[in-house]
Amino acid sequence: MVGKVEPVNGNVKSGSNQSTPAATQAATLKSDLLNSLSLKSLKLKTKQQELLIRVSILCLVYVLAFMTRLFSVLRYESMIHEFDPYFNYRTTLFLTQKGFYEFWNWFDYESWYPLGRIVGGTLYPGLMVTAAIIYWVLRFLRFAVHIREVCVLTAPFFASNTTLVAYFFGKEIWDSGAGLVAAALIAICPGYISRSVAGSYDNEGVAIFALLLTFYLFVKAVNTGSLAWALASAFGYFYMVSAWGGYVFIINLIPLYVLVLLITGRYSMRLYVAYNCMYVVGMLLAMQIRFVGFQHVQSGEHMAAMGVFFLMQVFYFLDWVKHLLSDTKLFQAFLRITVTCAVGVGAIALGVGTASGYISPWTGRFYSLLDPTYAKDHIPIIASVSEHQPTAWSSFMFDFHILLFLFPAGLYFCFKRLTDATIFIVMYGLTSMYFAGVMVRLILVATPAVCLISAIAVSATIKNLTLLVRAKNKAVSSGSSRGTSSAKGSSKGLIDHSQPFQRNGAIVLLLGAFYLLSKYATHCTWVTSEAYSSPSIVLSARGAHGNRIIFDDYREAYFWLRQNTPPDAKVMSWWDYGYQITAMGNRTVIVDNNTWNNTHIATVGRAMSSYEDEAFEIMRSLDVDYVLVVFGGVTGYSSDDINKFLWMVRIGGGVFPVIKEPDYLVNGEYRVDKGAAPKMLNCLMYKLSYYRFGELTTEYGKPPGYDRARGVEIGNKDIKLEYLEEAFTTSNWIVRIYKVKPPNNRW
Amino acid sequence: MKTGMRLDLFLFTISILWAPALSDLVLSKVERRIDLTSQIVRITSTIKVENTGSDVVSEVLLAFPDNQANHLAYLAAALNEGKGKVKASASSFQVEVVHPKDMPSSLTFYSVSLPKGLGKGESLTLDIFAVYTHTLQPFPEKIAQSEIQLVLFQESAHFLSPYAVKVQSLSIKLPDARIESYTRTENTKIHGSEIKYGPYENLAPLSYSPIVVHFESNQPFAVAQELVREIEISHWGNVQVTEHYNLVHDGAQSKGEFSRLDYQARPYARGASAFRRLVAKLPPRVHSVYYRDEIGNISTSNLWGGSKKTELEIEPRYPMFGGWRTAFTIGYSLPLRDFLFVLDGKRFLNFSFGCPINEVVIDTLIVRRVLEIFLLLFHFLLKQWQEIKFSHLDVVGRPVVVVEKNNVVPEHNQHFQVYYNFSSLSMLTEPLMLISGFFFLFVACIVYMHADLSISKSSASYLAKLQWEEVQATIQRVQNIINRCLTIHDKLEASLRDLSRTGDVQACKAARKSADSLLKEMSKELKPLVVFLQSSPQAAQILPKVEELVARERELQERLMLKHSTVVDCYEKKSVGREIENRVASHQQKITAIRQEVDDLLEFIEEI
Repeated sequence: MVGKVEPVNGNVKSGSNQSTPAATQAATLKSDLLNSLSLKSLKLKTKQQELLIRVSILCLVYVLAFMTRLFSVLRYESMIHEFDPYFNYRTTLFLTQKGFYEFWNWFDYESWYPLGRIVGGTLYPGLMVTAAIIYWVLRFLRFAVHIREVCVLTAPFFASNTTLVAYFFGKEIWDSGAGLVAAALIAICPGYISRSVAGSYDNEGVAIFALLLTFYLFVKAVNTGSLAWALASAFGYFYMVSAWGGYVFIINLIPLYVLVLLITGRYSMRLYVAYNCMYVVGMLLAMQIRFVGFQHVQSGEHMAAMGVFFLMQVFYFLDWVKHLLSDTKLFQAFLRITVTCAVGVGAIALGVGTASGYISPWTGRFYSLLDPTYAKDHIPIIASVSEHQPTAWSSFMFDFHILLFLFPAGLYFCFKRLTDATIFIVMYGLTSMYFAGVMVRLILVATPAVCLISAIAVSATIKNLTLLVRAKNKAVSSGSSRGTSSAKGSSKGLIDHSQPFQRNGAIVLLLGAFYLLSKYATHCTWVTSEAYSSPSIVLSARGAHGNRIIFDDYREAYFWLRQNTPPDAKVMSWWDYGYQITAMGNRTVIVDNNTWNNTHIATVGRAMSSYEDEAFEIMRSLDVDYVLVVFGGVTGYSSDDINKFLWMVRIGGGVFPVIKEPDYLVNGEYRVDKGAAPKMLNCLMYKLSYYRFGELTTEYGKPPGYDRARGVEIGNKDIKLEYLEEAFTTSNWIVRIYKVKPPNNRW
Repeated sequence: MKTGMRLDLFLFTISILWAPALSDLVLSKVERRIDLTSQIVRITSTIKVENTGSDVVSEVLLAFPDNQANHLAYLAAALNEGKGKVKASASSFQVEVVHPKDMPSSLTFYSVSLPKGLGKGESLTLDIFAVYTHTLQPFPEKIAQSEIQLVLFQESAHFLSPYAVKVQSLSIKLPDARIESYTRTENTKIHGSEIKYGPYENLAPLSYSPIVVHFESNQPFAVAQELVREIEISHWGNVQVTEHYNLVHDGAQSKGEFSRLDYQARPYARGASAFRRLVAKLPPRVHSVYYRDEIGNISTSNLWGGSKKTELEIEPRYPMFGGWRTAFTIGYSLPLRDFLFVLDGKRFLNFSFGCPINEVVIDTLIVRRVLEIFLLLFHFLLKQWQEIKFSHLDVVGRPVVVVEKNNVVPEHNQHFQVYYNFSSLSMLTEPLMLISGFFFLFVACIVYMHADLSISKSSASYLAKLQWEEVQATIQRVQNIINRCLTIHDKLEASLRDLSRTGDVQACKAARKSADSLLKEMSKELKPLVVFLQSSPQAAQILPKVEELVARERELQERLMLKHSTVVDCYEKKSVGREIENRVASHQQKITAIRQEVDDLLEFIEEI
């Protein structure tokens, strides 16, 4: 075959030289592929063929995005994962059972005992309302589904929708090819899958969809200058505000983008219409969410948007004045005066607002984003969460894989073709990458941007390469149709000297690109199945014979609580397990994952790190009936309470100076064996975790009381409990529940 | 104990007063066997009834003290034929509650009606089978984890009967474990785990002699406080059974610590009173079995299949100590053909009533069947009502028959029948609903794609859009024509190749003629289209390209014709192949170039 093609190669150039301009206009690679396959028999116009292929690829991507997130359902079961989703599930259940008004006015007695929690006013209801609406619609269509199934599948469903938005966004900023690639990339990107597998029923699952939708609609509004799109983006923003606290990113990124456009002289009427409409309507809508309330006009985090809004008016006003004044000198003077005045008034207003307390200062979380070391020093409760840690390089590689390399390439293409839309995506990419570096969980926000920018790189590269390859192919085909008689003569014709290996090089590069992309696909699938599909409620391990062992201890304990404790029992545990205890155990907890009251959490931390008698007093004052601790010493489960204990000490010590971190450390080292600090060996958490553990042989050839999670023999094997008694321990000892004894008779 | 004594005295006094009234019947021999090996107390009494009076007697009264009658779950009377066991066959008699006059109110009477009657001097042997629940009282009531569970059982050594008893004996079978204490009266013997009282002779009616047995029983005291069984029939061939259990360990309450360490190290010594697994006997060919609770799947269960039955072993999430509760759901599917039969055009479902788990007492059993109901047959009394349930794709809902019964024991696991009418055609409603749903969805899509939904029909943009569509259609037609021309060109080329192979000049000329006429037609067709495009303002951008395309195509035509005629000429002149090639070469090159251009132009136009 090659031998035959080679001589033709020469004359081909004559055709290809002319064909190149036409071919550059070719819409997508796919249509061309089809053409070469000559599906003419289907009697479809190229346009229709292309549409058909595009739609079917999108459908496949849509299905793929859904399917790849079902690993957890197949491996385990259709269940809610992790911690926060249990709260969301519980509230959704409440919403579907009691209706929206009851939900909106819900005061929850079961958490934060004795304070309670105004649930309706302290959550983002978007997720619950979305799931409830899906549930009601399905019920209306006579599908007798359970609300749990709806909740489990909400995140994959929205992930699928996100791929559609990514397609349209990609189409808006580059072309439909880039859109398709973006949809395919985001469908399986691990950074997004980590928060949207089936069962991870969390705000982020819906919020990323809302975020990308808002951005897409805003860019569309800027590109078209249409009021309708701007309005749509305001509603997208409203949905985002109702779904996730991350909306602050939108309300700061969009003004920043507008500012950049103003500075770079890309101000236009389209921008004016888009931003003003989006900001005003979006702000008014966002105020309808109780949890957000008047923050848009009162909080420091939202002031940038307002400042840019006023700046836009000044700009427009100046434009108008410039239009009226023909004298440039006069205008210059006017400009200077107005700008100074405007900036001065703005600064004074901000200063007065802040000083009078009308404008609240930035919150800790916001600060910790701008200054990564802030949380460590000032807010241990934020720093204690593992997903708030700075991101390691490995997790970037893990979550983005080749996108990490494609991202700069995509930026290059964006800079090569700067438009309003590409400026936006560049800004979105760069800022979100910075935030992703600050906090692990914000990789999620960066993922759509990284996927879109990488898609531009992939699409542009592949298109360029295929153009080269295709140009030859076409000429070859037309040449061969001429028959052998002409081939000989024309081969003596024009010979292309410019780039002899261009075509082969292009083919090699193309193959390389496909190899990389297929690597990406396998990596994503592997990560999804191995790392991100574990519900973390049910743990699994490989047995000695390669069989799967399931540790279902959490549910064992929660179900025991649900069935065998009085309905009004109060359970004290570290806040991580609060949501799960209320949702699965149906019992009142002292603190939970909604860490709104630091003092309350610190009280629990103090109780856990005190001696038993002191802790008993605290527990009596909190009316605690049961204490729940998580202990991994038997199974080697490392994220247990002993390993979290230092955070309890820190958080407790942050409010109650009685608790001092050095008391629990030996030479700055945290240990539980014989060399541990005496306070450590006798604090409540230690006692509850290791009660009667000293009599148990956990591993063959090791002394009794060998802690497998930390790999040491414990230091205090003779633990006596005076004020508590063991009420229940799960089969693998992962959860231990103690009952607080009633106080002794005084006589 | 005290109440028993008082009752005894009371009964004794009344027995003297009322004895003559019923003295027509005499129990000549009574043998009672009490089985205490599980939490369910089963008493089998074999009584020989003799009619000493003159009238024919048609009913035999059985007396139960109230404390027993409240716990009586099941009572059956059957004719004893020989030495066999109780057979619940045709020889069983109807048993019902009666309130005979002149009897002490603290007794509940059941009458066994004898259909044939008992004539003078005749005798009859009856087997009475009674099952009691909640009669074993744990004592002490609270035990620690390592203690064993002891229970008390109270009965009367004498058979309580409104009739005089001539000879009677009682044997109590206990589980193979230690006996703490038992009441010793005259003629008390103990053989291993069996205690025998009697024989006692010539006892007056309603004589009573309380006895108490205190013994160890570590059998599971599993009580389902509520069991809801839902049997859903799909006429597509499936019976789905769902059972919701609310289970409690009803033995001695546990107190103090629960130590997992002790329980793990010596589960039988330090958790003797607890039970950790239950076995359910399911029908054969069961499939899709699941075992879960409110918060998810429970992974500790095993299933063994067999041709006669399937055994499902389930473990609750935690070992059940005294007083601990759990709740779970078992579900399984069965093939419909094993349970649904057709009789006289009516269908009936034949299904077992009680719970499949061994030795479980059920306080409240609710059975719901989802189907169209006609008639229900039961052997015992229960509450019954109807509901409507909505399942997948139900518009009107499915009728549900609900029956409720308290105090159910395994003896109630009888088959019951539900007769109902059902038309096979109604099976098709749901598929038809789905089909029509999708059909209307697609119709709606088609309508949406084809309907003109613009609000203003006179706006400029709307008109422009219309014009543009027209232009597009025209261009499409132009393209088609050009493509057809190109195929004709290909045909011409083919005819040339044929010529070189066969040398048939005439055929080649004919081909050319036909091609010529066809091409002419094409150009005629093309003309009005191009004129239209020229007139339309919308087509201004694309017009030059189209015109160029047409021109090029014409040029191509001419060239091709030229080449064709040259070749044909050469053949007519019989020149050499090489010569022909040389003469044609120049044409050929141009044709290729033009063809390329035409292709590119076509492609370009297509992109628009």
